[in-house]
Formats: sequence, structure tokens, C-alpha cells
Amino acid sequence: MTGLFSEVFLGALLFGAVTAAIPLLLAGLGEQMSEKAGVLNIGIEGMMLAGAYLGFVGAFYSGSLWLGFLTGAAGGVAVALIMALLCVRIGLNQIVIGIALTLGLEGLTALLHHFQFSRSYPRLPAADATVIPLLSNIPVIGPAFFKHHLIVYVAVALVFAMGYVYRRTQLGLNLQAAGDKPAALDVAGIDVIRTRTIAVLTTGALAGLGGAYLANVGAGLFIPFITNGAGFLGIVLAMLARGRPVWVLFGALLFGVCLSLTTAMQVAGINIPTDIIQMLPFLAVMIMLVLFGRRASLPAALGIPYERGAR
Amino acid sequence: MSSLSSPLADKRDIVALEGVTKRFPGIVANDGIDLSIRPGEVHVLLGENGAGKSTLIGMLSGLQQPDEGRILVDGKPTPITSPRHALALGIGTVFQHMMLVPTLTVAENLLLGGPWWQRPRTEELEARVAEITRSLGISVKLHAKVSELSLGEQQQVEILRAMVRNSRLLILDESTSMLTPKGIEELGALMRRLVGQGLAIVFITHKLKEAAAFGDRISVLKLGRKVGEIPPERFRTLGEQEIISEIVELMFGKQKDDPEAAERPTRTVRADAAPLLQVADLAVAPTENAPGLSSISFDIRPGEILGVAGIDGNGQKQLAEALAGQRAATGGSVRLEGAAIEALSVGERRQRGLRYLTDDRLGEGTVGTFPVSINFFLKQVGASPFWRGGVEQRAEIDRRAAQLVREYDVRTPSLKTPVARLSGGNIQKVLLARELAEGARAVIFNKPTYGLDLANTLASRQRIRDTAARGLAVLLISTDLEELLSMCDRIAVIANGSLVGTVANADDARTKVGRLMIGLAA
Repeated sequence: MTGLFSEVFLGALLFGAVTAAIPLLLAGLGEQMSEKAGVLNIGIEGMMLAGAYLGFVGAFYSGSLWLGFLTGAAGGVAVALIMALLCVRIGLNQIVIGIALTLGLEGLTALLHHFQFSRSYPRLPAADATVIPLLSNIPVIGPAFFKHHLIVYVAVALVFAMGYVYRRTQLGLNLQAAGDKPAALDVAGIDVIRTRTIAVLTTGALAGLGGAYLANVGAGLFIPFITNGAGFLGIVLAMLARGRPVWVLFGALLFGVCLSLTTAMQVAGINIPTDIIQMLPFLAVMIMLVLFGRRASLPAALGIPYERGAR
Repeated sequence: MSSLSSPLADKRDIVALEGVTKRFPGIVANDGIDLSIRPGEVHVLLGENGAGKSTLIGMLSGLQQPDEGRILVDGKPTPITSPRHALALGIGTVFQHMMLVPTLTVAENLLLGGPWWQRPRTEELEARVAEITRSLGISVKLHAKVSELSLGEQQQVEILRAMVRNSRLLILDESTSMLTPKGIEELGALMRRLVGQGLAIVFITHKLKEAAAFGDRISVLKLGRKVGEIPPERFRTLGEQEIISEIVELMFGKQKDDPEAAERPTRTVRADAAPLLQVADLAVAPTENAPGLSSISFDIRPGEILGVAGIDGNGQKQLAEALAGQRAATGGSVRLEGAAIEALSVGERRQRGLRYLTDDRLGEGTVGTFPVSINFFLKQVGASPFWRGGVEQRAEIDRRAAQLVREYDVRTPSLKTPVARLSGGNIQKVLLARELAEGARAVIFNKPTYGLDLANTLASRQRIRDTAARGLAVLLISTDLEELLSMCDRIAVIANGSLVGTVANADDARTKVGRLMIGLAA
């Protein structure tokens, strides 16, 4: 038990927490944007998988992680395009299409991976960390938070960028109006369909990026179903965050700690069945839902396709 | 129509409609409407529900496109293709249902619609708002959340929004319907100040007094057609009473060649018969989105049809539901054949013979996916002889259902057809058959011909007359005055949840009821 509270252990635990949190953060931020604009994006799990697969393939063949992130985001956008076309433009049921996209992408990415790599799981080289001077020298905190790949800092910066967009820009106003009262936005002269499409495509890019990070940096390889519910956790985070990006960050870190604990406790050899340890993150979801779910406020027009002049 | 400006158009019109027609599946919402809108004028559009006012506004604000006819802006034919286009043309609309985002502040709502890459120009807006509010003598809390404002304040924000966008034409759709009397007065004064500044206003209402008090020009719509107009020259020469009586004539006057016109009933109700349904001081508490009822009292004798007239949403549905037991009453008594039934459940009231024919045919009246046969017995599920020991007796149900289908002339492919696949008229027949079945003593009809075509309308009306002729008490709730005049013995008028008067259906009933409906004493 002494190992449990050692500096090294804690540092590794928190480092793992950040690594685990980043995909959730990106998924949560993406989902938040869709939901703000009134689109319930259940397909986000599928978008992450597309991002994970294409991100891995891109990085694997080019040897560049950044190119991998780019192909990953593009993969997410490609799936989001289908979602935007079917749910925003044509107005089909968002839940049904979302589930279909997730299931479809689970099968498709597993199949493509099988064709390409058969049963081998090639690994990418470990990602280079960007070490932040001074801050990284702080004991425990330093190695845990300030020795990550550059994309991690970009993701955290995104939290604040999106907070700014929501609260200070015209686009932020438009997005919120599209979710709360689309008819008001329409009569103000802004195309609701276009606003929602922008939101869904952005979600795709963020989810794809999250998937790519998960495969390329988090795991260093692609295996089928690698996201393992990360997209759904992102949906929970977005719903609990009440439109505030910074709450997505806190939530993602909390889940990240739980996920990291799962690994850390197994490594530390604590005598609890691994099945129970692996339940931790999901237990955390349930506890959070019970504690805060009631106060989650969702946009009034969430999930309702917009049709002009419908009565 | 080859020339660019037609002879109808006047140079003073900033917007004019020429022969505008708009159809929706099954109805003609607007039929060849001509309208001229001029700066410095409040143009009142008057009409009952379903007269086509909202559709007209939809076309002016770019939400809908006319099927025929054209809209001229500054004398040039201009299709208004989108709300953005309408705004660019200087047409601002304050819709009947608030078009503000409740979770944003007033300022943010006013800023909606700017280019997305820009930062909202708050300072610029504040200066502009200050200028406008000063000239209009109103005050607006720019940094309050919209959800915290009263309806009157929200409306001012919407008017302000139109002004901030440099509208030349302001459309106010039923803007007084949710305001307090004081709020209405303020809105009227504001309208006068706006037209004083050279704005054109289209003001939609169904309240005559407001039309006479705030208008310069009045157009009356009825069932999608424009049935009359009082131009400003004439408007100014008439006194308020003359205007009102002229409009009453236009709105409620009998139309020539009306296929629905029917003889007034010749049934005679025995005046000495004991009332079958007695309601005294019935009250229902108001809810968030429905008015309550207060001190509703009436008697209906056997064989009598009592009509309830009124503008939709004044408590008609609450009245019907309170009588049927579907809505809790907060006071008063309901007696059927002398026995108090106000404490009984829905099922027990039905058992005693009180039947309610809902206006929500597919929502609460039937289960759309169930076959026609089962829908006949929805209110008897589990009761013999159709169910025995909890098991459906298919043969018995089908036998009786077939009989009802014949008797009520329900046009259905088979008894097994899901009821939602039938036409509105045939669904209504299923409901009629169910509610008028054995044991009915008093029947409440809520808008029984709403949305039906002519043939089914006439058939339903005949069925209701027959019901009364069998000696049942009938309460007929309708927003169609012609219908009530053609069927009822007496007509009560409901407004804001109370009965404001009851009129015997004699020769002058049309005018009397019309006056009561628009808030004047009979």
C-alpha cells in the first residue's frame, strides 16, 4: 500500500487522467456545440471512431501525428456531414440516425482495420511531449500536467476559446438561439439550417480529433471499438455542463481520474477484482447524473428538426 | 397583368397585395386578397379565427409564399423570399407568439441577426435604442433576460427590434391578445406615435373596439376572403358606434349563397320540462396556459340545444372537460336529471348518461393505431359483453361494430382498419357512434364540425339535431357562429372563462351574439 501514495504513483495517475480526459473533453465540447444549436448528436461515438481509425491510418502512413490529427478530424467531419444532411436538412429523427451512425461506424472501422492490418495491431512511436518550462518542475503536478503532447494544450485552450465564442460573439448568440428558439433566429434573418449545420460539422471535427488523440497518443494503436463509450460520456458531460465549456473540462478531468485509477489500481496490485475497478468511471457517471442530472438544463428545441412556418 | 404597375396599385402604397391566394392541403387560407398599406396609417385587419389573418402575415414576413397573385413593394412586384428578405425590405413583424429567445438578454435578442464573424456591437445598439426609446417614450431594460420580462415588455422589445432594423412597415399580429387592458392602451398610444413618425402599421386583431380606437383603415377578412374595407376618408367621418355596427355587419352578416345556410330549428322545447343538465357556479382554476372558469351557470332542458359561442381559447375546452370530469373543478355543482354528479369520476358520469365528444379526435378521442372496431368501445374496455373475464370477445365486438358502421355510415375499408387512416369526417362518425350509444342523456359537443368538409359537416349537424330530437340535452360548443345560429335554441357567449350573456336564437341573435363576442354588451 505504500506505493499508492508515492509521488511517482500520483504523478502517473494524474498524467493518465489527463490523457484519458482529452478525448472526453473534445467529445464533450463538440456535443455541447451541437446541443446548444438544438441537435442531439448521438452519432458522436461513431464520429470518434471514424476519427480514431482515419487518424491512426493517417499517422501510420505519413509518420506525422499532426497529419493524423488532421485526417482524424476530417473523418469526424465526414460522418457529421451525413448527420447534418439527414437530421438537420431533411429533418429525420436525430436519435435514430445517431444510433445508426454509431453502430455503422463501429462495424465499418472494425472491418476496414481487419482488411488493412489483418490481425496485427501495429503501434505508433510514443508521442513527443512538449515540456512547459518551469511549471513542469513542480513536484507531482509538473510531470502530470505539463509534459503532454502539444495537442493537449490546444484542447484546453479550446475550452476558453469556445467560452469566448458562446458569450462574446454573434456566432455564439446565433447558436444559442438555434437551440432555444429557432423560429426567432429565422425571423431575425439567420438561416437556422445553416447555423445548425455549422454546429454539427464542428462537432464532427472535435469528435474526430478526440478519436485520433485516443488512438494515436492515448493508446498508440487502433483496435476495433477503441472508443469504448467515450462519445457517450461526452454526451453526459455536455448535458451536465449546462452550456459552459469550462464545466466540460472539469467533468472530463473527473472521469479521466476514474479511468486512470482503473489502470493505476491494477498496476498497484490492490486486491480488488478488476471488474469492479473497471466499473468505476461508469459508477461516477451515475453518481454525477443523480447529483446533478436534475439541474441539467437543455435547450428548448433540442432534438426537434426546424421547419419554417410549420404550425 | 403585363404592365409593371397595375391600376390597383397606388403610388402611396409602400406594400400592396394583389389577388393573393394561399392554399394549404384541404383549405384555402387566403382567397384573392387585395390590400394596400401606406405610411402614416394603421391598417387594421379584422377577422375571426381561421379568417386567414396569420397566413397573410406569414406571406408579408417571408415565411410563406403566395400560390397566386403578387406582392408589390414600392410599386414593384417583389416576391418576399425569406424573413431576411422581408427585413431588408423594411418589413418588421411582431408575431402573435413571441419571437424572442428567452435565455438571452434583451440586448442579445436585438443583436441577433448580425454577421456571424462580428462581435456584437453592443455600444452602437445602446445608442440606437436610447434614441428610439426617447422618441417613443418607452423604457426597455436592455440587460434583463427576456424570460424575466412581462409579456407587455417583451412585446415592446419586439417593436423596438423592428425599429432598430429601420422597418418602414410594422406588422402587429394579435398583439393585444395577451396584454392587460392597460397594456393594450399603451400599445395603442405607441402605435399612434409610430404612425405619427411616418411608419406604416398593419394591426391584426379580432377585437372591434381596438380596431375602431386605433385604426385608420379597416379591412375585414372572413374565411380567407376580404369581405369589406373602410378607407380612412370614410373612417374619419364615422363615429365609433357607426364603425362598429358596420363591421359587425361585415363580420357576422349572412353571406349570399352560403351552402351551410340552414333553416333555424323548428323544434319546440317544452318550457315546463324539468332541466336535464343543470350547472351552477362552476369554477375551474386557471393554469399556466389555459384560462380558468368562473361562475358558469346554465340549464338545458330535454330536447334543447344550448350553444356556446366565443373566440377560441376563452375556456371552451375547460368547460367541456370540467363537465365531463376530465378537469378538476374548484367549485359549483353539476346535476344530471336532478342528481349531483360533480363528485363522480369520468367513467361514472358517462355511466349516468353524460357524454363528451372531444374536439381532439385523434389525440384523446381515438387510438389511431387501433382498429375501427375497438375504437367504438374504447370507453367500455373490459366491460361485458365485449370483454369477458378480461378476454376480448372478438365476435361480439365485430358484430356490434358492423352494426354501428352501417347505422352511422362510417366509410371504412374494413373493421380492422386503423382508425387514423380514416378521413376526419369518418373518425368523427366513429366518435358520434360511441358517444351517442345507448344510455346517453346529455351530450357535450366540442367543435363537432371543426376541420370537416361540407358533406360531413352537414351530416354531423343533422346527427346533433336528431340527438336533441330524441329528447337529450345538448351543449354545443363551437367557434362557428353560422353553425350555432342554424342549430341552437339558445346561444351563450363565453369570454375569458365566464358566460357573458345568453341570447335566445331569434331574428336578431346574430348581431347580439356578435356584439357579445367582441366584448360589447348585447
